[in-house]
Amino acid sequence: MRQVLYALVPGTLAMTWFFGWGVLVNVSLAILFSVLFEALMVAARRRPVMATLGDSSAILAGWLFALAIPPLAPVWVLLIGTAFAIVVAKHLYGGLGYNPFNPAMVGYVVVLVSFPRELSLWPSPEGLTNASLSFLQTLQTTLTGRLPDGMEWDAITRASPLDMMRESIVSGQTVTEVTLSPLFGSFSQTEWEWAGNLFLLGGLWLLYRRVITWHIPVSMLLTLATVAGVFWVIDPDYFASPAFHVFSGAAIIGAFFIATDPVSAATTPTGRILFGAGIGLLTYVIRTWGGYPDAVAFAVLLMNMVAPTLDHYTRPRIFGHSPDRHG
Amino acid sequence: MQLHRFHGGLKLPDHKAESTAQPLLTMGVPKYLYVPLSQHIGAPTEPLVQPGDHVFKGQRISQAKDYICAHVHAPTSGRIKDIIDHPIPHPSCLSAPCIVIECDAHDQWGDSRMPAWPDWRERDARSLRERVRAAGIVGMGGAAFPTAAKLNPRAGKRIHTLVVNGAECEPYISCDDILMRSYPEAILEGARIVAHILGAERVLFAVEDNKPEALRALTEARRAEEADFIRLVSIPSIYPAGGERQLIQVLTGREVPSAGLPADLGIVCQNTGTLKAIRDAVLHGQPLISRIVTVTGPGIREPRNVEALIGTTFADLVAAAGGYAPGVDRLVMGGPMMGFAISDDTVPVIKGTNCLLATRPQDTTAPGPVMPCIRCGECTRVCPANLLPQQLYWFAKGKDFDSVQDYGLFDCIECGCCAHVCPSNIPLVQYYRFAKQEIWGREKERQKADLARERFEFRQLRQEREEREKTERLARKKAALAKKDTDQDTKTAIDGAIERARAKKSAQSNEEASPTDRERADG
Repeated sequence: MRQVLYALVPGTLAMTWFFGWGVLVNVSLAILFSVLFEALMVAARRRPVMATLGDSSAILAGWLFALAIPPLAPVWVLLIGTAFAIVVAKHLYGGLGYNPFNPAMVGYVVVLVSFPRELSLWPSPEGLTNASLSFLQTLQTTLTGRLPDGMEWDAITRASPLDMMRESIVSGQTVTEVTLSPLFGSFSQTEWEWAGNLFLLGGLWLLYRRVITWHIPVSMLLTLATVAGVFWVIDPDYFASPAFHVFSGAAIIGAFFIATDPVSAATTPTGRILFGAGIGLLTYVIRTWGGYPDAVAFAVLLMNMVAPTLDHYTRPRIFGHSPDRHG
Repeated sequence: MQLHRFHGGLKLPDHKAESTAQPLLTMGVPKYLYVPLSQHIGAPTEPLVQPGDHVFKGQRISQAKDYICAHVHAPTSGRIKDIIDHPIPHPSCLSAPCIVIECDAHDQWGDSRMPAWPDWRERDARSLRERVRAAGIVGMGGAAFPTAAKLNPRAGKRIHTLVVNGAECEPYISCDDILMRSYPEAILEGARIVAHILGAERVLFAVEDNKPEALRALTEARRAEEADFIRLVSIPSIYPAGGERQLIQVLTGREVPSAGLPADLGIVCQNTGTLKAIRDAVLHGQPLISRIVTVTGPGIREPRNVEALIGTTFADLVAAAGGYAPGVDRLVMGGPMMGFAISDDTVPVIKGTNCLLATRPQDTTAPGPVMPCIRCGECTRVCPANLLPQQLYWFAKGKDFDSVQDYGLFDCIECGCCAHVCPSNIPLVQYYRFAKQEIWGREKERQKADLARERFEFRQLRQEREEREKTERLARKKAALAKKDTDQDTKTAIDGAIERARAKKSAQSNEEASPTDRERADG
């Protein structure tokens, strides 16, 4: 699990570079809260606290949660999210190894549906540069939930690429018009692309180190790209390109870091391919026709529900058994 | 030859050079031998000797009573000191009856050697199998299944291939390697004899590619004209390629059916050591009384292979290998993957003992605390039976014995690959053994319950029958009585009639005689 943490570092640093100190503040606070909740729950369940904390799973859940929420989100969002992730989604189900749902995503979805306003305020790199929000000011913003005097939310935030695409298409613009915007790089907004690249790097390193297997990331990204590709070919003005979908939002970090949580994912090789494909498909469907701009969290949780069933029906053929054997 | 792959498996550091650096050492006769009555899979044997008896080398001292069983012979000459419970090499660390022989150092055969059969080709399969059985030979790769039974496949199974297992895939163990280097001709002769018994057309002799010397020795010993008959195959060293089912898959690409035997594919598999024992029994009339054991590990001063008499204690073995290195804390019989720890070194060598491994605390990388299973699936990747070890673990831990069987528990060969790669350090195989034991235990309970129920039902049936018979008997008696009554009635009726008739008659005559009498009679 510690290697997953290392693999998150480049992407996190990229996000900090683009979105300011808030990313680091969030990650640090979320990890702190997660570990505290974990220690509390483990103690309450009369298990060895230090040995359990040593598995780093609480750190990872807090970190992933922090990357999902806006860098300037107020501290109580972090507190509520990590509480749900660790206390409810993890320990009430029996702790590490027994949770049917991805804890970080449960925490994120709880705050997303509960506090839509706070969860939609993504700072923009140029807005931050103009405002030159220092580390202390960022910390203060997070802790108080108010920007320093003289700053306005509107001045330093802007819509994320998925939001932007969504709003623009609803208001009648074409996909090409959106991507022609100076904010866009090759496929998506530059900063998201770069964060995506660096998370991809970390993910590939995890694959190389055999911490994760290829099944889930490959099938998820391939399905997302394929489905996006089909609609894009049908109507490129209305449907965004496969590359845009892969390099926007949480697709890459989701494919390599979130959907690959082994506890809540399917465990058979075939099951994992179907699991990843399901997430890719649901992500596209919810992004395109659902009520939320990004959908990786929902898609992951929905597929968590069917993981046991996938495992049941995708058992490998046991040595020496005839191929038609099925439970 | 086209080779195939089995699913999963591990490349492990083989640690064989330590023990193969020294030549094979034939151990002398120790002072005492502890010969267990049961050294094989199957029923225990029944001793033929009593304390105080003198025995010759090769004399049968304990008798097989069953088909799946193997005789036990005296490994040397001496006096039977006692038959006592003594620690045996078994995972339970329990004691079992052993014949203790006080060796007389003469090592005399007496006349206990069976006749030599250099003309074995003239003999039929039946008498050769009988010889194998008389020599008490069991599978020497570790499982110790009685060989005579294995050489007698069920009726209708034609055997075309003999697979010789010289893979020896487990780290540290090198007894087969040394055997192949030292006695290649004897092993090949054994293979010819077994092929003759089985009527097999070809012999596939598999040796892992980390044993080039063994392969070279065999190639030199093989006769030029039998290159087609006996094929020497170098196979990749991937643990557990020496598992019978895995080896057959590597060589033929075919899978032995789950509930079946290699014989179902027309194949019988034999270990190299077993073949040498068969050859010694047929060619020289010698029973199985000694074997090669690898004494190795960082806890041994001079790791090596020793040829030891059955019943030699591990302490004597270690002494022959230069003694313990300081700090030894663990003795394992077998290899590091499938072997089991033994409690002390008074345990004797038995027919299936291939290796004695001694380690120090610093040699075994501490497995660390056991953490929860996170279903990472590493175990699935390495399982040679293509099982889902994480699911088996889940069900075994939850004691869901129906599901654990449904997920193929009994296809698990306990090779230990899953536990070896588990990042949470879960001793997975122990859970599977536990589940198997529980299921066997329950099966036994069920059989017992069935038997009890049958008995009960039989008793009920018998009671009912007895009750019925009793009623019937009573009824019959009653009927008989009633009939008697009726008979009596009839008789009475008849008697009455006669009486009446007689009375009438007499009355008539009386009437004639005197009317007063008649009146009296009527009144």
